Amino acid sequence: MIELQGFGDQLLAGTLVTIELALASLLVGLVLGIAGASAKLSDNRIARSIANAYTTCIRGIPELLTVLIIYFGATTVLMAVASQFGYDEYIEISPFAAGVTALGLTFGAYATEVFRGAIQAIPGGQREAGQALGMGRMQIFLRLIMPQMWRLALPGLGNLFLVLLKDTALVSVIGLEDIMRKANVAVGFTKEPFLFYLLAAFIYLSLTIVTMVLVHYLEKRANRGLERGI
Amino acid sequence: MPENSALYLKDIHKSFGDLEVLKGIDLQAHEHDVISIIGSSGSGKSTFLRCINLLERPTEGEIFITGEKLHLDRAKDGQLDAVSHKQLAQLRSKVGFVFQNFNLWPHMTITENVIEAPVKVLGRSKAEATEYAHELLNKVGLYQRKDFYPAQLSGGQQQRVAIARALAMDPQVLLFDEPTSALDPELVGEVLGVMRDLAGEGRTMLIVTHEMAFARDVSSHVMFLHQGKVEEYGPPAQVFGNPSSERCKEFISTVF
Repeated sequence: MIELQGFGDQLLAGTLVTIELALASLLVGLVLGIAGASAKLSDNRIARSIANAYTTCIRGIPELLTVLIIYFGATTVLMAVASQFGYDEYIEISPFAAGVTALGLTFGAYATEVFRGAIQAIPGGQREAGQALGMGRMQIFLRLIMPQMWRLALPGLGNLFLVLLKDTALVSVIGLEDIMRKANVAVGFTKEPFLFYLLAAFIYLSLTIVTMVLVHYLEKRANRGLERGI
Repeated sequence: MPENSALYLKDIHKSFGDLEVLKGIDLQAHEHDVISIIGSSGSGKSTFLRCINLLERPTEGEIFITGEKLHLDRAKDGQLDAVSHKQLAQLRSKVGFVFQNFNLWPHMTITENVIEAPVKVLGRSKAEATEYAHELLNKVGLYQRKDFYPAQLSGGQQQRVAIARALAMDPQVLLFDEPTSALDPELVGEVLGVMRDLAGEGRTMLIVTHEMAFARDVSSHVMFLHQGKVEEYGPPAQVFGNPSSERCKEFISTVF
């Protein structure tokens, strides 16, 4: 039996933090992605410009830097704002919140392009059929476009989520107690780097496999009714 | 008079950039009229039909649907657009539109396709809409397939579902945009059969079609378009039998 010297529970706790961080970032990222894609496809030039600036900036900065900038930047900004109201204590945002913000922003930027591609791949006739029946814009988007968008976006989103899952490790640099940090701590204490890093790798790999199974199931579900044709 | 027409279109123009596709078309459809719109490809038939419910925004013209004027205003790109989305949606719901490519929603069963707009636009209850949908699917001969998805049906069956979907709104007018052009030849008959029944019920219909024999048999009027203008208009006997326009004569002789 492998001797974990009491760090087994620690790694398990870290795994939970990683999963929470990944899921929370996914949620934020999906919302940002849909909003970003809608903005990029809208008639409104300002909305398009904002979305373009967003995806360009986020995709042009290494994820590690985004995490650091959000973490330290948010602290600075919050303190500046607070001092305006006469509050001069030191404010610190939690590494988890900073991580969700940074990874959510990153996922959202990439997902914007995935959603945009998916929406554009839906034939224009699908929307027209709704218009001709008197459906409103929102109804058409929610009832006709979104469900078809998911089907087309799922493979791309699955891919992005796998990247996100591993990017969570970056948040350990600002002190989040995730798998990576727990492994580092264990290594520092036990001087067994190979064992604990291998263990961490195994956990990430397991999470990836679970994700792949889930995505496969979701794709199958989204493709119902399309066994034939298309 | 526009007030007592099912449909009244006045001086419809449409330009794509410098290309003027429609050069001033008028059309008046009374209740129970079945008007076929024929012409070679590029004559503007489909564009004209799509202008009626603003799937295509006209550059000039006036549109009255069941006597009500659709309020139009010039948009930034130079085309006319509806002043009120609400009025547009409301008038659209009175005009059924059947597309060349069916445009059924692939993620919904055919019953769900048919009840979507009655529930979401007319606010009918799901039970009520479903009952009516099944009645309509029965009418187009597809009740047995009510829980199928569009991809599981043939083109002809899909088009019949699309007709049922349009009928579910109880439209005052039905517009057909080349409803059989995307079908294999052996499937054309079943769709034309359904349309023939609808014409027999006294439905008001506008049909853009290449099926000349069908147009001759079911239409009360036939409109021949050529290069964005009405070249010939009249009862089928006149347009097909004794057209006054040379171009119409030529066209008829090539298609029969």
